[in-house]
Amino acid sequence: MSSLAPLGAANVSPPRPPSRSSIRAGEFAVEALIRVLGFSTIGFVLLIFLFLLREGVPVFFEVPLRGLFSTLWYPTFRLFGTLPLILGSVLVTVASIVIALPLGVATAVFVREVAPRWAREVLKPVIEVLAGIPSVVLGFFGMTYVAPLVRQLLGAPTGLTAFSGALLLAYMALPTIISVAEDALDSVPRSYRDAGLAMGATRWQTIWRVVVPAGRSGILTAVMLGMGRAIGETMAVMMVTGNAAVMPTSLAFLFKPVRTMTATVAAEMGEVARGSTHYHALFGIGIILFVLTFLINLAAAKAIFQKRRRGGLR
Amino acid sequence: MEIHPEVRISVTGGGSGTGIASLINGTIQIANASREMSAEEIAAAKKNGIDPVRFTVALDAIAVVENPENPVAGLTVRQVSDMYTGRFRRWSQVGGEDRPVVLLSRESNSGTYVYFLEQVVRRGDPKGAELFSPETLLMPSSEGITAEVRQNPNAIGYDGLGYVTADMKKVAIARGEKAPYVLPSAQSVRDGSYPVSRPLFMYTAGQPDGRIKAYLDWVMHDGQHLVKELGFVPLPESGQ
Repeated sequence: MSSLAPLGAANVSPPRPPSRSSIRAGEFAVEALIRVLGFSTIGFVLLIFLFLLREGVPVFFEVPLRGLFSTLWYPTFRLFGTLPLILGSVLVTVASIVIALPLGVATAVFVREVAPRWAREVLKPVIEVLAGIPSVVLGFFGMTYVAPLVRQLLGAPTGLTAFSGALLLAYMALPTIISVAEDALDSVPRSYRDAGLAMGATRWQTIWRVVVPAGRSGILTAVMLGMGRAIGETMAVMMVTGNAAVMPTSLAFLFKPVRTMTATVAAEMGEVARGSTHYHALFGIGIILFVLTFLINLAAAKAIFQKRRRGGLR
Repeated sequence: MEIHPEVRISVTGGGSGTGIASLINGTIQIANASREMSAEEIAAAKKNGIDPVRFTVALDAIAVVENPENPVAGLTVRQVSDMYTGRFRRWSQVGGEDRPVVLLSRESNSGTYVYFLEQVVRRGDPKGAELFSPETLLMPSSEGITAEVRQNPNAIGYDGLGYVTADMKKVAIARGEKAPYVLPSAQSVRDGSYPVSRPLFMYTAGQPDGRIKAYLDWVMHDGQHLVKELGFVPLPESGQ
């Protein structure tokens, strides 16, 4: 709070300094406001979760659990098997991270450790701009360029596949992964690099054997955050994955169409009758997604926490 | 409502059955339906003192489309059904090139989906057991189908006739092996020779008069340009 007071005082330079009690009252008001705003965020998250529960929980009573986790998703015929959707989301998300992780870490290493100063100054803002591209634009690009390319290069029957979705998602997760991984590398103490080089290691060896391992918990956080971004993404995924609710039971399904949870909710919510089983089922998918994202974020938070506990040694 | 600002029209969703049931109960004045009322429904309405009158307001046709490079020119309803249920998985099984079949469909919440399922996949039997193959790609928009059909020679798709663009190839459809293959067009839909088409009705409670008559007149004449814009086939000039 005290940092706020000089800001006003220095610029305005009032004729008479305000009394001590009025400063205290003002401070109290600002502090209370900030506190309310801070806690309201928690309140909103709770309210959203309660809303999700209210709309989604009925499905667990309307459809037997066995039906809910069966393999057929035909909502028009009251078949609400969510398993293909869950596995579809998992397949696309994991594949996107497998693509994005090496690229992201390599880019972070380049930006932080290798690139000359001027290149870094250019690269960082450009990478941040990547994060701002609307996903529907990427989806349209994916539909008209990536999918045909995937079909022609891989000889698959169609280019609307889990792989195309994973490519786009990897692209979307990259800015997050790069920024967070770069921060992680940035906080590795300079003495580590100096020590590595002094031991006679080459620059490459120092980076690969000392700096990257020292920043690995930060890199893990980057991966988790990227995953959270990928699993919740809707528009681009809906446009390029083909939305066929098949069970992706083997890796070969990476090159076949799949249907994700997010795309299902987005595609079907618009026309569903309010209060119907189908409506509840879509919110049920929302609950599953919420829980999955929560677990991923929890894992990320745990990684950050562990990093703090071990102090500077990371 | 621009011409008659004092009239308010409320439209409620649900299927044809919902609309007809509401008409029988007397809660609404006009029921939109994509099928005719059954004899039981007409009897139930008459018992409530309501005499339903049928008006044909538009025609609906679904075109089966493929990539222009695909040499297959015509398919029977049964062949299309066998492709969409996943029984036929290669184009060679219907006289085409040796390519895999990629099935495209609209999302399951669209009316087109249900109509195509009943009329083509289940070959006219709404209570049939056939389902779309789980491998069917459900596209969230007509544009999704257009984009894929345009660039993928393996694809087969369907959509309302009004949505079919020039860069897709329409497939001629035959009712059976010996029946003629007919390309979808406003003409073949109007004369009933194209198999995958249906009239769209509005049922009124009794002979319409006053504002309801004015509304129906507007729908069947001035309103017909909207029919075309929405992807349906307008009525022939003569009206009903």
